[in-house]
Amino acid sequence: MNHRKKYALITAAAALLLVLCTVFCQAAPALTAQQDGETAAAAVNESVTGETVPAEESAGIKKIVNQWLPYIVAGIANGGQYALIAIGYTMVYGILRLINFAHGDIFMCAGLMMVYFSASLNIFISIPLVLILTVLLGFLVERLAYKPLRDAPRMSVMISAIGVSYLLQNLAFYITSGLAKQYPVLPFLSNSVSLGSVQVKMVTIITPILTVILILVLQLLIKKTKIGMAMRAVSFDFETSRLMGVKINSVISMTFIIGSFLAAVGSILFFSAYTTVTPTVGAMPGLKAFVAAVFGGIGSVPGAVIGAFIIGLVENIIKGISNGEYSTFSDAFTFALLIIILVVKPTGLLGEKIKEKV
Amino acid sequence: MKKTKKVQSPLLDKRSAADIARTKKISLVVSAALVVVLFAALPVVQKVTPDDSMLIPVLKKGVIYSLIAVSMNLLNGFTGLFSLGQAGFMLIGAYTYAILTIPVESRANIYLYYDGGIVQFAIPFMIALVFAGVMAAIFAFLIGLPVLKLKSDYLAIATLGFAEIIRTVIQYDKFGPLTNGSNLLRKFPTQESIVFYFAVVGFCIAIIALLLRSTYGRAFKAIRDDEIAAEAMGINLAHHKRLAFVISSFFAGVGGALLAMYQGTIQAQTFKTSLTYEILLIVVIGGIGSLSGSVIGSFLYVASCEWWLRTLDNEHFIGTFKLPLMRSGFRMVVFSVIIMVVVLFFRRGIMGDKEFSVYRIISYFQNKKAQKAVKEDNANV
Repeated sequence: MNHRKKYALITAAAALLLVLCTVFCQAAPALTAQQDGETAAAAVNESVTGETVPAEESAGIKKIVNQWLPYIVAGIANGGQYALIAIGYTMVYGILRLINFAHGDIFMCAGLMMVYFSASLNIFISIPLVLILTVLLGFLVERLAYKPLRDAPRMSVMISAIGVSYLLQNLAFYITSGLAKQYPVLPFLSNSVSLGSVQVKMVTIITPILTVILILVLQLLIKKTKIGMAMRAVSFDFETSRLMGVKINSVISMTFIIGSFLAAVGSILFFSAYTTVTPTVGAMPGLKAFVAAVFGGIGSVPGAVIGAFIIGLVENIIKGISNGEYSTFSDAFTFALLIIILVVKPTGLLGEKIKEKV
Repeated sequence: MKKTKKVQSPLLDKRSAADIARTKKISLVVSAALVVVLFAALPVVQKVTPDDSMLIPVLKKGVIYSLIAVSMNLLNGFTGLFSLGQAGFMLIGAYTYAILTIPVESRANIYLYYDGGIVQFAIPFMIALVFAGVMAAIFAFLIGLPVLKLKSDYLAIATLGFAEIIRTVIQYDKFGPLTNGSNLLRKFPTQESIVFYFAVVGFCIAIIALLLRSTYGRAFKAIRDDEIAAEAMGINLAHHKRLAFVISSFFAGVGGALLAMYQGTIQAQTFKTSLTYEILLIVVIGGIGSLSGSVIGSFLYVASCEWWLRTLDNEHFIGTFKLPLMRSGFRMVVFSVIIMVVVLFFRRGIMGDKEFSVYRIISYFQNKKAQKAVKEDNANV
């Protein structure tokens, strides 16, 4: 019964996500009789409509589009990046009930590795190398810092996570000598394309597409494979699945591996857009991704993705209101949202209810 | 024989009631004497140590961190509320203090971009210190209304979020006339005397210690151990949680003001989440649920961070051989590894949940003596 419910929930959420994505992609341009701002076809389409519509009308429309399109495109891209990080948080929380504070720093480490590898290696060697090493890092962090505390109180594990975050940041500071490092220019990803009247980097367009593809693959993995089933079992009831012979440790390691892999992909996308890597750069996207995970209902992958896209969009729209008048508050907004959702609906959009046991 | 050796609990106290009463009296006198000696020694120490020594700054910062760590321990260790908002409350305290005490004549200079700011008065620094705490407490009360309904992880994240919001709001340009935006605040009265810091912090920690020994303190501990049981025993959860949160924030605010005094300049940027993490790690090193542990932890943390491990940051040569690894930042790496070792393998920290007390030390030796006597008797028989 519960199994079915969960299936239904996940499918519904995935569907909702897709709808949401397309709606968001189309919403703003649609308001102004524009096509999907995400694909190259749309760009062509737009220039065509631009020619056919009478000049006076299109001037007003163009102005609004020019004003908002960059923020919305950036918002969707940001949302995709947050989503990739948020999955790591939400999966780990679903299984271990642990807020993995070090996740944002693993994301940062992936960025740093890229900086150093690309300095001496070909980009097509360094990308897979970064992915592999980040996965290894996530795996090691779990084995060294969380596994010894498996039976300890939850607070100890959380403190350990904070300790790991502190360690990774200090390590990064040591390696970089505290200097901001320039992220390498990746071919293709860093190319500029014009989206209607706006110049954006290729990565802003690729991010949401890649995110959705990765998430669909992840959903397949969770739903159709044996390890996915084990993950669902463990997140449903840790103790019982242990008794039923699920290899807890390998499931948990797998969770960290997936989370770190997605964080590494996210870091490539994120830093291609924001280009500087500093030791503390992981903290903010990390926290925001976490908020996204909570917003969507922590433990639920589709929820995290929806939350991430909403946060990415709203944050960038706030940056656009009256020429950046309120851009200081784009971070504050994220946390305000977190607090509101926690107070109003602590389980998030798609989260499960938690029963209180005595 | 081997088994009995291990047993050493207060229940097996070998001393008579009169002995215990006398020991209590002695330990009280000794403790008082220790405090007097400490305060007598401090000015001497400050006078004797050379100016370039790190000892005095470390002592000052250590004692300030003690207060903040103790205030965090009051929440995390004694009430079981895992809050990560300490940096935010410190920020409020520091800013309140600075805004209220900057001399009027230097305001125009500091609030350069805001026409000298809107606050055109200055109050004595001791009053401002109290205000700093009160302001933090008021904010804590307001934040606590929604947030304290949350449990464990969620509470941690929500308080973390509020701390971040406070930081951004203070840096907001529109509040510039009050907070000077993201610019430095400086020229507020500072304190050179190390005794001042010790006196203020000592006073505050004494209040917290007394509070924890009162019915309130016992209620806090009951909530920590089992919320539902505590509620069943008639403890008003919401009220006590709020109380703990407000009191803890009050002292964090005072701590923030003291930190401002120590640093001489403040900027909202420096009160980041990592500051809260630092304090949390201090609490963990000292032992969650031990006030004296937090104090010891703070001094150890500050001393090793700012002083003892400093040498790791410099390049060293043996002959012409340059020691590898040693360069700027290495100290913090070593330090965080040490912290991880403590977190993983010495989870109870230095003090666990016990307190440093002269009485316990004296009792320990007395009991040992008594045990020895018993053993000798047995051997003679």
